[in-house]
Amino acid sequence: MIEVKSLCKTYGAIKAVDDLSFTVEDGQVLGFLGPNGAGKSTTMKMITGFLTPTSGTALIDGIDVVENSVAARARIGYLPEGAPSYGEMTVRQFLTFVARARLIEKNEVTESVSRVIKKLNLAEVRHQVIDTLSKGFKRRVGLAQAIIHDPQILILDEPTDGLDPNQKREVRGLIRDMSKDKIIIISTHILEEVQAVCNRVMIIAHGKLLADDTPQDLIARSRYHNAVSLVVKSAEKVASALSELPEVARVELNEGELTLFPAGEGDLFGAVTAEIRENAWQVTSLRLEAGRLDQVFHSITQGGAST
Amino acid sequence: MNAIINVMRRELNGYFATPVAYVFLIIFLVMTGIFTFYLGNFYERGYADLDPFFRFHPWLYLFLVPAISMRLWAEERRLGTIELLFTLPMTTIQAVLGKFLAAWVFIGLALLLTLTMWITVNYLGDPDNGVILAAYIGSWLMAGGFLAIGSCMSALTRNQVVAFILSVVVCFLFLLSGLPMVMNVFTGWAPQSVLDGVASMSFLKHFSDISKGVIDLRDLVYFVLMIGFWLLANVLILDMKKAD
Repeated sequence: MIEVKSLCKTYGAIKAVDDLSFTVEDGQVLGFLGPNGAGKSTTMKMITGFLTPTSGTALIDGIDVVENSVAARARIGYLPEGAPSYGEMTVRQFLTFVARARLIEKNEVTESVSRVIKKLNLAEVRHQVIDTLSKGFKRRVGLAQAIIHDPQILILDEPTDGLDPNQKREVRGLIRDMSKDKIIIISTHILEEVQAVCNRVMIIAHGKLLADDTPQDLIARSRYHNAVSLVVKSAEKVASALSELPEVARVELNEGELTLFPAGEGDLFGAVTAEIRENAWQVTSLRLEAGRLDQVFHSITQGGAST
Repeated sequence: MNAIINVMRRELNGYFATPVAYVFLIIFLVMTGIFTFYLGNFYERGYADLDPFFRFHPWLYLFLVPAISMRLWAEERRLGTIELLFTLPMTTIQAVLGKFLAAWVFIGLALLLTLTMWITVNYLGDPDNGVILAAYIGSWLMAGGFLAIGSCMSALTRNQVVAFILSVVVCFLFLLSGLPMVMNVFTGWAPQSVLDGVASMSFLKHFSDISKGVIDLRDLVYFVLMIGFWLLANVLILDMKKAD
């Protein structure tokens, strides 16, 4: 369990992290979401014991990272932003170094290294110098070093940044596989990633916690939640007809697509489909919106209410 | 202890995985050769000793040791690996010692490779081997002093060139602190005790004492304290500003 207690970090007059408190339980995959410079990385650096907080602290399974940094760090696996590694070493040498530094028993070092090499499909490059590897491989080496000691707590700073779509998918798959009973915190500014792997989201901007929710509930805050979008011929006529329905609060026409916003709890989708059938409108696309995370993100971080 | 050895082993591997080690060793050997035989008139003097060899060591170290030490921390900062290193379960002291010892052992290796000089002088004549052994120990200790300064300077910046220049300047001050050039700054206004203090900081003086064959406890303590002080400063600097 991670307990973050009124964590603050100031650089001169700038408050990078401003009185952040939260608790993460086992089994949670927490996504830190926020614009660049929001304080996500700084928060992670304090939880992992790299930076000393200006005030406040974090407890890792009850161990204080400020007072007992080394013991706290031993419980965490960490992938720093950009997955830095010692480029002149081979993959195997580097992982062996980390395994030893992670206090793995002498006779188990080789075994642990082989295990993560297999897990992250690094076998073909294990004798290659890290500097010569592609970005995707380097990221996998970074992930390998983070999990080599099978930590209960895994903190990943932008694990998929700069990867191609296939590699992103692969890394997300790995994170999901590992998430069963661990605590995983990932930071990202990629919204789809949060939906893909997290079961809890925290939105941070200017060092402050702005939202803490499940991805589903966060999406439900969207004004698009349960809205119906359709593409139809002679859209303007249809728009005025549909706006008469009691289930429709408002109609927006945007680049040929009509979006109907629900009024109250009524079955908007059902009413719209019935109307379409009745009038035999030529509809080329019709869908029920779950909500748009980017719009929620925008309205939360830009200070506007999520209407 | 294991953590220190682990860091040390990684560093040493790093030296030999890049051209750094080979370039340094070759330059070191060539330069000691040039200094000894041309500038030191090794043959012409007609004495069977290694004084011309050791006499130039402080000057050689002045530039070569910062060349080794400049990357110690500046590189970690530049590549971001410092974040990796200091989120591993080891203390700052362990990491600093590991890196320092790796570089010190490496310079020790460079010194070992000059043992051919020792063999040569024994072949040519009948030198006082005790003096030579003492001078080797003194030289290695002095290199440790330079290295501790360099390591500390390297922790100040992410730029290796800046680290190099800072190290050379600070090493230069400590090298010459007994000579008129530095002493003149203090004479006239500073009390005698300060003058004595500054003069006793000189690398050159302590090294030449040892290389005369007299291993005085004070000289040993001087170098050990010197190394300890700069490494402690190194640890404090890293603890205070890890991130930038």
